[in-house]
Amino acid sequence: MNITVCVKRVPDTETRIRITDDGKDISRDGVKYVLSPYDEFAVEAALQLVEHAGAGEVTLLSYGDAATTESLRAGLALGAHRAVLLTGDPSMDGWATARVLATELKDGDAGLVLFGIKAVDDDQQQVGPMVAELLKRPCASSVTAIDVANGVATCRRAVEGGQEVVELDLPAVATVTKGRYEPRYASLRGIMMAKRKPLTEKAAPAVEPGLSVEVLRHPPRRPEGRIVGEGPPAVPELVRLLREEARVL
Amino acid sequence: MADVLAVAESKQEMLAGVSREVVTVARRIADGLGCEVEVAVTGASADELALYGADRIVRVAGDDLLPGQVDAWAAALASLIRAGDHAAVVIAATAAGKDLAPRVAAKLGTSLLTDVTDVAVDEGGILVTRPVFAGKTLAQVRALAAPALLSIRPNVFPAVESPRDATRETVAADTSDRSPGYRVVGFEASRGASIDVSEATIVVSGGRGLKGPENWHLVEDLRDALGESAALGASRAVVDAGWRPHSEQVGQTGKTVTPKLYFAVAISGAIQHLAGMRTSGVIVAVNRDADAPIFGVADYGIVGDAFDVVPALAAAIRELRGN
Ligand SMILES: Cc1cc2nc3c(=O)[nH]c(=O)nc-3n(C[C@H](O)[C@H](O)[C@H](O)COP(=O)(O)OP(=O)(O)OC[C@H]3O[C@@H](n4cnc5c(N)ncnc54)[C@H](O)[C@@H]3O)c2cc1C
Ligand SMILES: Nc1ncnc2c1ncn2[C@@H]1O[C@H](COP(=O)(O)O)[C@@H](O)[C@H]1O
Repeated sequence: MNITVCVKRVPDTETRIRITDDGKDISRDGVKYVLSPYDEFAVEAALQLVEHAGAGEVTLLSYGDAATTESLRAGLALGAHRAVLLTGDPSMDGWATARVLATELKDGDAGLVLFGIKAVDDDQQQVGPMVAELLKRPCASSVTAIDVANGVATCRRAVEGGQEVVELDLPAVATVTKGRYEPRYASLRGIMMAKRKPLTEKAAPAVEPGLSVEVLRHPPRRPEGRIVGEGPPAVPELVRLLREEARVL
Repeated sequence: MADVLAVAESKQEMLAGVSREVVTVARRIADGLGCEVEVAVTGASADELALYGADRIVRVAGDDLLPGQVDAWAAALASLIRAGDHAAVVIAATAAGKDLAPRVAAKLGTSLLTDVTDVAVDEGGILVTRPVFAGKTLAQVRALAAPALLSIRPNVFPAVESPRDATRETVAADTSDRSPGYRVVGFEASRGASIDVSEATIVVSGGRGLKGPENWHLVEDLRDALGESAALGASRAVVDAGWRPHSEQVGQTGKTVTPKLYFAVAISGAIQHLAGMRTSGVIVAVNRDADAPIFGVADYGIVGDAFDVVPALAAAIRELRGN
């Protein structure tokens, strides 16, 4: 079975975010980009499934700017077989992104399409299930482990109060979160091999935008806090402040 | 006249508290647009939502609307929305709501604004604020097509009373558009799990400074002292060490929480941890290092050893609450 993993290139979590002068985007200068951490879990899940089956290929699919090839090569170095880049600007528009990705996926042969549960830049937690609807395939979200047998993917889901087990008839879609999968590191051999693996670039299909970003701003700073005191003797004063000043107890 | 649909959430036949916040936001939008609020619910009774501004309460009934059948509920909601005329649809950005909302949006062919923390109505329509880049930036965005779907972050919008004489009706669920091939086949409860950390109004989080899982009784005791609306959280260092499950992790690669009161116990306050909790109402930090970055966002801090401070704090809170 072939698996496609949708991956997004996002600013590294440590990066300072600066807003452009028009207030509508973030400045890309000096920003370090990485594959979104949850997408790494999805890539690891795909690699393990294919290794376990002893057959099939893993394709990485991304919608992003030309620099995204760098992130895709990094994914190929981990063991993915091929990559496709749809060049364009995904902005913060999840519904537009879902339609772009679905256009590419609808004629594909992937038995499973995997997503990260969320991209840590715009944090929408929506693209995976939207693509599933567009492809009319069943979708399990927030999946911590996947096993495939006899045309069915059995997914464990992290839900409130426990783990739910969901069966999906293939072809299917899942969004992956932390659980069974610990992302591997690229080996030197993997990095060398990645250079020769197929990476196709093509322009993303045009879709109507779903939303408009009016303005970005930095959140108001939290007011200066205060150190109430040291050690257990400070506890009564803390409790008093929580009750009388903050009114939360 | 188009109205605003509030999607109530039920948990085991009970109405989830966040539903009041959902109706409050729907009411705010409806007042801005000059229209009515309709509530859709399945499983629980939503009658109490008339108090928060519901004009019409629609109970959606159907055999396949079982708990956990997100695909059936998504199909039923989409068909309800298609049959009506809605300017906006408001859903809770809970774990269940985040599973549901994108399915509904895609079935309707419209965009979804997730985890909204503020809503305004102006000449241009509905303008929402949502945190992006781990809360380092706030984006003001508008949906370009109707109905606008928004999921609101729990605990951010206080429920506001605005009583109505709501009408009530029951409609049969139309789930013909559910995706085939999705079957819930099992559930395993995790040990001691109570409310989800992302929905709790009080969160007590422990970090690596607690030295090991055998010391978790300290934070568990503080949680118990704070009552039923409190949940446990953890830093990633603790989750990576296997001391606590990932479902409790707070931060950029864990849950985003917005409780009224957040305790960070022996947590340094790394940027990725702050990403998940900086929008909490009141933040209290206990750390033995006076220079720990967590004190930079804490409203109140105690510098000291958690092993001494936390039991004293739990005892003082028990005394105050009389339990
Ligand atoms: C891509 C990425 C994503 C990440 N996502 C997350 C995330 O989602 N959530 C998250 O939390 N982290 C995340 N991290 C990790 C983060 O950078 C920190 O490593 C982590 O938060 C540290 O956890 P900690 O504060 O428990 O441990 P430490 O940094 O080790 O801090 C322990 C603290 O305890 C204090 N202490 C020690 N002993 C005592 C005592 N007896 N009493 C009182 N205080 C004491 C110390 O002074 C110290 O401040 C992420 C990192 C990366 C790179
Ligand atoms: N531009 C993109 N290109 C490829 N995959 C994407 C893109 N945006 C989002 N995704 C996928 O969808 C998941 C959820 O993203 P989001 O809904 O934006 O939080 C991500 O973890 C990726 O797997």
